[in-house]
Amino acid sequence: MRGARGWVPALAVFVLGILLWEGYIAAFDVQRFLLPRPTDIVQTFWNERDVLWGAGWFTFKEALGGFAIGSAAGVLAALVCARWRPLGRALMPYMIAANAIPIIAFAPITNQWFGLLNPLSKMVIAAVLCFFPVMVNTLRGLTSVRPQSIELMRSYAAGEATIFRRVRIPNSLPYLFAALKVASVLAMIGAVVGEYFGGSQEALGVQIRNSAALFRFETAWAAILVASILGIAFYLAITAVERVALRWERRGIE
Amino acid sequence: MSGPEPVVSIRTVSKSFVQGQVQALQEIDLEIRPREFVSLIGPSGCGKSTLLRIVGDLIQPTQGDVVVNGKTAQQARRDRDYGIVFQDAVLYDWRTVAKNISLPLEMAKWDRAKRQARVGEMLELVELTGFEDRYPWQLSGGMQQRVSIARALSFSPELLLMDEPFGALDEMTRERLNGELLRIWDDTGSTVVFVTHSIAEAVFLSTRVAVMSPRPGRIAQVIDIDLPHPRTQATREEPRFFELVTEVREALHGGSARPAPARTAEADR
Repeated sequence: MRGARGWVPALAVFVLGILLWEGYIAAFDVQRFLLPRPTDIVQTFWNERDVLWGAGWFTFKEALGGFAIGSAAGVLAALVCARWRPLGRALMPYMIAANAIPIIAFAPITNQWFGLLNPLSKMVIAAVLCFFPVMVNTLRGLTSVRPQSIELMRSYAAGEATIFRRVRIPNSLPYLFAALKVASVLAMIGAVVGEYFGGSQEALGVQIRNSAALFRFETAWAAILVASILGIAFYLAITAVERVALRWERRGIE
Repeated sequence: MSGPEPVVSIRTVSKSFVQGQVQALQEIDLEIRPREFVSLIGPSGCGKSTLLRIVGDLIQPTQGDVVVNGKTAQQARRDRDYGIVFQDAVLYDWRTVAKNISLPLEMAKWDRAKRQARVGEMLELVELTGFEDRYPWQLSGGMQQRVSIARALSFSPELLLMDEPFGALDEMTRERLNGELLRIWDDTGSTVVFVTHSIAEAVFLSTRVAVMSPRPGRIAQVIDIDLPHPRTQATREEPRFFELVTEVREALHGGSARPAPARTAEADR
């Protein structure tokens, strides 16, 4: 970890960026529906904090649920495909093709399937978004084991289950965590965008859409700020778990 | 062959790959007795590593069979009769040095206290005491390989299979580890089968050197190394050492001082 001093340049960039934003709007008299002032956004963020955080928490729960379902399914599918390789080879082209589908386009359909107000309709979108990176990365981690690592285990009379437990699964952890970080971001996107197509009035995506429709742009921006804070917090939480789980990993100069 | 029961008997073993298209080994016969240190030496692609893996039951021969400690190679593997060391240390990145060494002990279900005691002894044997909590990436290549040797020896197998264990190391580290290996071999009383393509290494370490011809791999000649033990750096400067190096080299090139079996030269095609 870098010390407090290490954060000074990043903090300077942040302050400079906000000042430029504020100054730009003042200098060129930008209309507030195009871009509100940061100070106005922060003020709205504070004034409407109860509603906004309530909505944020509502949406975050959807994202978290979708993340858990999608990641668990991805890990499970990877384990099955790594254990029965012919099955993996048969399924892989479809996995890769499915991964290229813009899954968010299915949001109106899952709303139909599970009901507009059912959080499950958003969780499914988030889950499907999370599934593919987790599945593909974990499978790579499980299979990219040096052949000699396997030979060594066989020299100890180890069977397949032991090789999975002692070699393949630990080997896949760095790949898994890289995928979980990507998935955490995707889960938030999936939940918020799913809500753009309709959902509970409590939901963050619905709040953003409605605020923008009613020309309450400061509220829309404040809601986006909530979504960003939650997304970043989610990402950082996974990074923290990764640091503990992979403390054996060689770290580069950060 | 007289004397004690062989530890390893390789009986007319042949191996071909790609549906018989590539003949890797052809009718290999070799017996290795207890306390022997036998090197398999030959050019790249002569199948010496393949032969070692057949002894370890990591691949199956196409023909012939291998008997280890009076059992089939498969039974010997299941009984954990041998330890193996590869050219790469093959340490598990997520395990500390101590945990890497104790892995075979965990697999053999030793209890914790016994494992810890043995790891301590092994660290001492390979002179890595104090490094038990390091992770593999924190060690030099030579240290990693010493951990790998400690791991192979941790459960006291009578047979040690080594596949070019020092091949990736620089010359100075290699010579030092050669000396350490001989000391360990002397301490533990194990039998070693050692694959190398270094003539000097084979002569320095071995009691016998089996010289292999290129594909299809066959044993062209077996040379007894009669250098006295214990061998030290001074051994490398003795006239007899150079004579034996020359003998192995000539056997490798097919034009041996002794009569080589027929068909050795044609294998050079």
